[in-house]
Amino acid sequence: MSSNLEVEPGAASESVLVTTDSFDNFDHMSSSLEEIKNLNALAENDSNVENSNVENFDEISENLSINNEEDDFVQSKEWACKNKHVFVLSMAGKPIYSRYGNEDKLAWLFGVMQTLVSFVQSNEDTIRSIHAGDTKFVFLIKKPLILVAVSRTQESVNQLCSQLNYVFNQIASVLTLTRLNKIYEQRQNYDLRRLLAGVERLIDHLLDFSEKEPSFTLGAVQCLSLASSVRDNISSAIVGACSKIKNLVFAILLANNKLITLVRMKKYCLHPADLHLIFNLVQASESLKTAESWTPLCLPRFDASGFLYGHVSYLAEDCQACLLLLTVERDVFFALSEAKQRIVEKLRRSNCLEAINESLSAKEETCIVAGFPELRHYLYKCKSTAQFYQPSLTPPYTKYNERLTKLYKRAHNLLHCSTRPLKLLFEKNSDEAILAWDTRGFELYVVFEPLIDTNSAINSVGRLLNWIKKREEKLFHLNAPTF
Amino acid sequence: MKTIVGKVVVLGHQGVGKTSTVIRYVENSFSQHITPTVGASFFSCKLLIDDITVKLQIWDTAGQERFKAMAPMFYRNANAALIVFDITLRQSFESMQGWVFELKQNVDNPMVLCVVGNKSDLAKNRQVNRDEAIQYAKSIGATYHECSAMHDQGVGLVFDDVARGLIRLLGNSSDHNLKVYDSENIDNIMANSSELEATDTGKEETVNLSINSIAHGNTVKKCC
Repeated sequence: MSSNLEVEPGAASESVLVTTDSFDNFDHMSSSLEEIKNLNALAENDSNVENSNVENFDEISENLSINNEEDDFVQSKEWACKNKHVFVLSMAGKPIYSRYGNEDKLAWLFGVMQTLVSFVQSNEDTIRSIHAGDTKFVFLIKKPLILVAVSRTQESVNQLCSQLNYVFNQIASVLTLTRLNKIYEQRQNYDLRRLLAGVERLIDHLLDFSEKEPSFTLGAVQCLSLASSVRDNISSAIVGACSKIKNLVFAILLANNKLITLVRMKKYCLHPADLHLIFNLVQASESLKTAESWTPLCLPRFDASGFLYGHVSYLAEDCQACLLLLTVERDVFFALSEAKQRIVEKLRRSNCLEAINESLSAKEETCIVAGFPELRHYLYKCKSTAQFYQPSLTPPYTKYNERLTKLYKRAHNLLHCSTRPLKLLFEKNSDEAILAWDTRGFELYVVFEPLIDTNSAINSVGRLLNWIKKREEKLFHLNAPTF
Repeated sequence: MKTIVGKVVVLGHQGVGKTSTVIRYVENSFSQHITPTVGASFFSCKLLIDDITVKLQIWDTAGQERFKAMAPMFYRNANAALIVFDITLRQSFESMQGWVFELKQNVDNPMVLCVVGNKSDLAKNRQVNRDEAIQYAKSIGATYHECSAMHDQGVGLVFDDVARGLIRLLGNSSDHNLKVYDSENIDNIMANSSELEATDTGKEETVNLSINSIAHGNTVKKCC
């Protein structure tokens, strides 16, 4: 299967996104907020007295009112039959989060999980997973928390682990890792739920989101299709309006779960996992639509120890793209607010708002429209830029989207399993044929009509790559603009 | 004609309807399915009271505990504070005291205080007595209003009262930090960004984990 492309579609000399395959931990944070501050020589060393207040952590027991309905739910068949449970607890076994049901009612279960972890730990070993029939129990121990998934989906241990990692990152993102550690250093028995009020909603959304969206499986983001001149105009409008603002690290414009542009401070890149958390926050928070917001936000893969501050707003009533301006300064809301106004004016004058709206309403081409009737759907990921592209869904997957997701997850796992990763996979069954191909530059997953033969499959993959290559400027964010 | 620009901060327990109240006033709309505020949202509006234009810059803060560390950023240099509670939730009334204490400790310049009991449409589930609330408001030198953001009752009065309070503040005290302009043309005047104090963000934020104590020991610098 040779293709005559010299460089894979979507490749660029510089990437806006960090492109590591490891989504696992913070061992390699890409950056440090300290560094940015020092670099930009913030003269005034505002020695803000941080009163480390060890006060009375008065327990909240008010909402422990016994509720029989809740009791019934966690003992019900419905609860037991859920496809995937996710639990978060502290090392001391205190319940923090349960995807379904009230975690207080499940204290006994959290006890069992904590016991399993500490029992294995006492032998200086770490529990990773338990397999019972088609149910997998996956454990992720990220001090000071324990995360557990109990899944009947066919996802692999690695894939489940990656989802648990996202949950952990979500928690770190609202508290910072430093603070999370400090809380438990001060008191092992702390009930973290009090600080996570409202965050359950973000975790719930994140789990649904990561089950549906291929971006999580691929570790990549999809861009909104835009003519490269339009995307460049948008980027330069942002650069123009923000270039004088010190310590602005990232400007991110997104719409409908797709990236429009990302402008960054020189030397700093964003990890796709962090960008996914941002997408999740924006999607799960309707309230951001009502006004300009100013919020602290920790990007765990960027720097898990501190907050960035984000000016978050939608561009205009008539253009529902969300702009985030992330800075290390906590006192520049009004400067960013003005910058946003300037950006919107410029975009309006250059008709970019219209272009964004058009692309949003147009949807991506389906395979048939693009001239590939034998294809049903595909995912193309360019590794060097951590971006991917997928066409619009066509029947039968408009109705059976879950089935498609499952196919992709399975193929992805076969290509990435640690024991015997495949480079190329071609499988046919009575419903469809799937081809998955992992090369140095890209990953490609293609779903064909079931009756296709090997030769024509190879043939159309070659044509498809050429098709993508021709449109790469539109489908991918190839420039990596900086302030 | 005189124009006053005042910074208003909205504080209170989560879920009491801070955002709903502000949105009811600023946009005259209401949504049942509003999601919790992330960080803080900024609104501005203008009122005309007896020939004086009062421009309110409203910081609607998030009620969730984890955002508590951010609050000083918004109440510092504020000219007015709306402290909102839910009349059907005793806990939200009691947690107001923490906010009031914090404001008294950390804000030196005089401030218009306004206690707001929201959700008056649910009066049959009332957990906080009206008289008790009035008395409490009086004891801290605040006015008291009950309103329903959902049914649009009494919301306008709250903001009207804040604006009048600001005008009184301007007349009565000399150490207020209200901005006053003599011309009408203030559209180009934005709040100075130095209103928010810079701190070191590279370090972790230390947050007060208890409602009943002071979050930040920083004294407040007087502005301009």
